[in-house]
Amino acid sequence: MKLTINGTEREVPDGLRLQDAAAQFCVPGCVTILNGFQTNENIVLCSSDSVTLIQKGVLPPADVLEHMMASRHSPKVHQAVKRASVGIAGLGGLGSNIAVMLARTGVGRLVLADFDVVEPSNLNRQNYCIRHLGMAKTDALAEQIRDINPYITVETHCVRITENNAAELFRDCEIVCEAFDNPDCKSMLVSTLLDETDVRIVSGSGMAGYGSANEIVTRRRFSRLYVCGDGVTAAQNGVGLMAPRATLCAAHQANAVLRLILGEQP
Amino acid sequence: MKVNGTLHPLTEPITVSALLEQLGYNPQRVAVEVDGEIVRRADFGTASLCDSSTVEIVGFVGGG
Repeated sequence: MKLTINGTEREVPDGLRLQDAAAQFCVPGCVTILNGFQTNENIVLCSSDSVTLIQKGVLPPADVLEHMMASRHSPKVHQAVKRASVGIAGLGGLGSNIAVMLARTGVGRLVLADFDVVEPSNLNRQNYCIRHLGMAKTDALAEQIRDINPYITVETHCVRITENNAAELFRDCEIVCEAFDNPDCKSMLVSTLLDETDVRIVSGSGMAGYGSANEIVTRRRFSRLYVCGDGVTAAQNGVGLMAPRATLCAAHQANAVLRLILGEQP
Repeated sequence: MKVNGTLHPLTEPITVSALLEQLGYNPQRVAVEVDGEIVRRADFGTASLCDSSTVEIVGFVGGG
């Protein structure tokens, strides 16, 4: 029967089992992933299965590496996300974390926009390191994404997003994440993009402090807007922004993006 | 008139601005749809609502 192993179609005996395939096409005891699930069982394979065999400590050729990076996705996700184009407006506590998650997921094109540079108070929640201090956030994030997933396209814009340039900046994106800090800017971006484009927007509102994580939700509003957060907890005097809740809201946004790409309602 | 799914009867037309003020929203921090169409902030003072209008208001809080 025909069977796809590490992205390549091969002719194998009917009834071939997973661990036997590992010994034949890789090394015994290598990491064996079947249809997105890592397992040590010697399962009988069929020709619609997707098999990935990974020898730890060995860097494979580029085309095989890309397949391996996608091997833990749920089946059929990789092809769909590879074709997607997503914009992220703001690269702070929400945006930097959303960008890294979507890069790991393999979203084919990311358009990242922020005017700012990395400074020390960002490090309590934003996806940057000491070596990035003073760098433009667009550059710092693009560098990290190249190191995580070099197989996607990253377009950066080190600009302040306004109602005059927002539609143009994100014109080729099917989904845009609103990841600003300032609530007036959140309102501006959502209104501008919903009025001037056909994009769907995934926005973040209310994720400050260390209240219960269970209050962070995703809600659809209007026809093309999804709002993640608790909706009420503003960053304010005495209520800071902290990594767990900010990242949790960012994860809600990234998951909503993934669901939209795959044709589901968040 | 319905606002965010709740009945809000009107005896005479009002503007989006007036409704936002009545309901305690900051007009700089909302997105508003009337009958499925976005209303830009610049038009809040002139966009008129009547008893058959369906209004959706999303308020944003800071942090991100």
